[in-house]
Amino acid sequence: MNDNWTEQARRFVSVLPHCRLLDMSVELASATELHMRLPYSDALIGNPDNGVLAGGCLTTLMDTSCGTAVFVALECNEVCPTLDLRVDYMRSATPGKDIIAVARVIRITASVVFTRCDLYEDTTAAEADVAKLEDDSDKAPKLVATCTAAFMRIGQHLDRSKANAK
Amino acid sequence: MPNEVTSPNKYKQAALAARESGDYQAIVDLIPYAGLIGIKVYDMGIHPTFIMPANKDNIGNPMLPAIHGGVIGGLMETSAALHLLMTMDSIAMPKIIDFSLDYLRAGRHTDTYASCQVWRQGSRVANVAITAWQTDPAQPIAVARAHFLLVQE
Repeated sequence: MNDNWTEQARRFVSVLPHCRLLDMSVELASATELHMRLPYSDALIGNPDNGVLAGGCLTTLMDTSCGTAVFVALECNEVCPTLDLRVDYMRSATPGKDIIAVARVIRITASVVFTRCDLYEDTTAAEADVAKLEDDSDKAPKLVATCTAAFMRIGQHLDRSKANAK
Repeated sequence: MPNEVTSPNKYKQAALAARESGDYQAIVDLIPYAGLIGIKVYDMGIHPTFIMPANKDNIGNPMLPAIHGGVIGGLMETSAALHLLMTMDSIAMPKIIDFSLDYLRAGRHTDTYASCQVWRQGSRVANVAITAWQTDPAQPIAVARAHFLLVQE
């Protein structure tokens, strides 16, 4: 079942031209969470003096993560446009580090879907182990930004016949 | 670490040069992300206006087709930072604190414009409203509000 969610999310993101340009990928999707990765790239730098990623590519990552979480959470593969997006930037992302998005669908109503998303700097497994062993919060994955986003249900379906057949 | 990011202070030198010449496109050209989504200075009048020409790489919904909402956000955030650079005393790149974006209409696969209004600029924080439109400024596709930390030099 889990693989099915992830597969669905990957297929959804794979046809979005701008997400391909940014090389964004779905790491995993489940009934409760969706993880996406944005690889660090010099092309995404917003401040040329320090190599910090532009806010815009992080906004794109969060919008895509939340939107994809909505897509897989709704039956019949509804496509929902973003109604609004609110982002708080906690710290500048360390240059060179990939960014991991963790998105959740909070509530689904007849017209609106509410979501949240957190962005972390990618931590290697080794780094995570060291942080756990040493109980060192400085080494835990760093929260870069948080976001809440709402999506409109407009009843636009992708591949409805296929979804109904399931 | 990123390899050849521009040398430190290259951007500051360009910002100083732009103050002299009024050619702010030179600053935009130094920001890789602005180049990636294609932001350009459109009009340097009393209200600086930025343009993001239609670009198939910016599409987020291939069915409509429509520009990716994140790219519209990217245009608006970058425009706000550039607007502050052009109008305030400091030449340090402002750091975004938070950003609230309302989508009003689908961004069609066509040229998109953005302009900003600084509602308040304190010693440390600026509040900026941003409007993005395509064919008619009175029918924006998105409006946003951002706070920026004005970095002390």
